Amino acid sequence: MARDVRLLTEPFNPGSFVGPFSNAHPGLGGVCTFVGEVRSDDEVEALELIHYEKMTLAGMEQLADQAIARFDLMGLLVVHRSGVMRVGEPIVLVSAAARHRREAIEAVDFTMDHLKSDSWFWKREKRADGWHWIEPRERDHSDLARWA
Amino acid sequence: MTVKLVFLGKLGDLAGTDERSVEAPLDWQGLIDELQGPIGEAVQQDRTRIALNGALLADKTALNAVSGDEVALLPPVSGG
Repeated sequence: MARDVRLLTEPFNPGSFVGPFSNAHPGLGGVCTFVGEVRSDDEVEALELIHYEKMTLAGMEQLADQAIARFDLMGLLVVHRSGVMRVGEPIVLVSAAARHRREAIEAVDFTMDHLKSDSWFWKREKRADGWHWIEPRERDHSDLARWA
Repeated sequence: MTVKLVFLGKLGDLAGTDERSVEAPLDWQGLIDELQGPIGEAVQQDRTRIALNGALLADKTALNAVSGDEVALLPPVSGG
């Protein structure tokens, strides 16, 4: 079982991670990949994610271990950005390789729901009048409840 | 001998800094005494959590930090 979890502070190209990840698992039945990007918004000039050195990556690794324990996977790749990002830049990449498609799809869904609502990241947006911290959304918590 | 306080997310704005050092040792009451005004109120809210050297405290009022420790003040996360 290959687990690859990374916290990056510079822009990344998802394809450069997914290609080698897929190739590293010959015999797989399916790869499911999700890429989240900074969405276009007329008012938002930039987005910043803050992480905490002592907890954020360790928490992502624990989450990956939970996904691996829960789904029958051959490999799991989790890449997450920190720092300032512009519209269109990738924020997060989750890719799962499995013998069967449903395991891969569900592992990515599970990992994304937990990354969004239960990982040590704080987000703020830059608008014309300055930076604004983003509060947690109720939707994030209901997404998490799907896996309880 | 000091304890390092780390303010994450909007707590950094309220504290006016991302990090500062305070006298060791530091318990919950000492932390409250140290943080006055809006940052003190935010830290006392239930939804603000505390980690000692990267480990989340189940009960933040049980804080007991000694010299060299790092105490992180964590507001609710807002997702990736």
